[in-house]
Amino acid sequence: MLVTSLGTLVLAGFVGYAVISKVPTTLHTPLMSGTNAIHGIVVLGGILLLATGAATGTFDKVLAVVAVIFGTVNVVGGFVVTDRMLEMFKPKDRR
Amino acid sequence: MLPAFMTEAAFRDLLYIVSFALFITGLSGLTGPTTAVRGNRIAAAGMAVAVVATLLRPTVSNWGLILLGVALGAVIGLVSARRVQMTAMPQMVALFNGVGGGAVALIAWVEFRGSDGFTHVATYVAIFTVFAAIVGSVSFWGSIFAFSKLQGLITGNPVTVGRLQVPLNAVLVAITVACATAIVAGGDGELLFVALLVAGAVLGAALVLPIGGADMPVVISLLNAFTGLSAAATGVALNNTALIVAGMIVGASGTLLTQQMAAAMNRSIRSVVAGGFGGTGELPAGGGEAAPVRSTSAADVAIQLAYASQVVIVPGYGLAVSQAQHALRQMTKLLEASGVIVKYAIHPVAGRMPGHMNVLLAEAEVPYDQLTEPDEINPELPRTDVALVIGANDVVNPDARSNPQSPLYGMPILDVDKAGSIIVLKRSMRSGYAGVENPLFSDPKTAMLFGDAKTSITDITEALTPLVGAAAATP
Repeated sequence: MLVTSLGTLVLAGFVGYAVISKVPTTLHTPLMSGTNAIHGIVVLGGILLLATGAATGTFDKVLAVVAVIFGTVNVVGGFVVTDRMLEMFKPKDRR
Repeated sequence: MLPAFMTEAAFRDLLYIVSFALFITGLSGLTGPTTAVRGNRIAAAGMAVAVVATLLRPTVSNWGLILLGVALGAVIGLVSARRVQMTAMPQMVALFNGVGGGAVALIAWVEFRGSDGFTHVATYVAIFTVFAAIVGSVSFWGSIFAFSKLQGLITGNPVTVGRLQVPLNAVLVAITVACATAIVAGGDGELLFVALLVAGAVLGAALVLPIGGADMPVVISLLNAFTGLSAAATGVALNNTALIVAGMIVGASGTLLTQQMAAAMNRSIRSVVAGGFGGTGELPAGGGEAAPVRSTSAADVAIQLAYASQVVIVPGYGLAVSQAQHALRQMTKLLEASGVIVKYAIHPVAGRMPGHMNVLLAEAEVPYDQLTEPDEINPELPRTDVALVIGANDVVNPDARSNPQSPLYGMPILDVDKAGSIIVLKRSMRSGYAGVENPLFSDPKTAMLFGDAKTSITDITEALTPLVGAAAATP
């Protein structure tokens, strides 16, 4: 399991590097904000802790729920704010 | 309904593959101006697929709590993302990044508690979880301090313990590593884990506090990459492909983006993290005596602009602070109506984040094709009649080109000093973010118009209105 995961990890690293190689500076801010939203995927970790019943005691559940809240804020806030930024770049009318 | 060979888990993994394919497609869309909006939405769709896939299991405990968490998070995220001013965007991104890191740290903590201090899990799970906990905690607290600095809750200047900074950081790293080693080696006291989180928190603060405002975007981007890495580590510990892939992609692309941002400012990530630059400090203050500057009035500026054939506008942070982008757009519309060619020269690090200025001007509906980068506009500046510098300073400092003593030396700048005449709109003679003198201001071709950018621009527009009517009438 570890070796498969490590393989995936390394490949994903290269993909991340390759995808970003050429970005106009204009888009640095939206891109940072967009990738920021994507790491909100940790919300899955919080959901899993609750869904599989791994978080048992009250304190564990509180921690897990806070993790889910945090993760969701990261995801939703990140994507919405990026969308707002990018909407402004859209040409209003094509010439 | 599923074919016999396809187990629940396999179906879930399949959906995860769909989701990270969407992430990668979305991310590559985000690198081009025409595909960016769609790219962002594709990535968001990928996230939705991943969340649904995670919940597709025969028994889901704690449905109520999950929905509660998601609903609360969605409302908080949506409202804050909608309400935030475009000028406050950098600190908002910092905050969203921080909560992501916080989530990672909390998940690691619950895992530690749930497995009785990693007593019945594989060693690698313990290692990756501990790593996630440290980096998550660093990212959370680092981002909180970055937010507080940018929001003005604490001073934006570097806060250091001087020479002791590097040893202090080294000690903090040592403490963190010691706690981590003890936990992985079998220590199962919860206090040990809390100590680990606290050490990470102090480290996050110690990393961000010494950094001046100008370097903050680089730090936010670095913390963004950290959070990505910690999410990937959580993925390895939980054996969750979606987390591994998405986290690692952000970790890698975030690192690259950080390098690119640092390069645009002629800084290395190392020197940014080492701190001490980017605020007022023990920098060479160029003799100390203030060089004479020529100040001007809004009416004079209006006349100069109205009779120019090409005007290049250099917007900087001062424009963003006073929210003057709409007023500026009004003014340039007048100029364009009377036949003046107007261009905007955007330095990559204008504003507080690379690309921040483009966002602000786009908000004011400045046409995208009028925005130019230094490489495009620099050859045109000698042919430009008036360069109008609005609240920018370090990015037009000729010392970066000619004075090897200057801390800015080597940074690519906009050569506005080559324009026919230069008008600088500025609040006061205070030095820029980098805290360095700017010889441009004492250049005989330069005239300064002091005051808040928005007020100044409105005054110029008022003085301009009758003039451009006249200019348009005379052939």
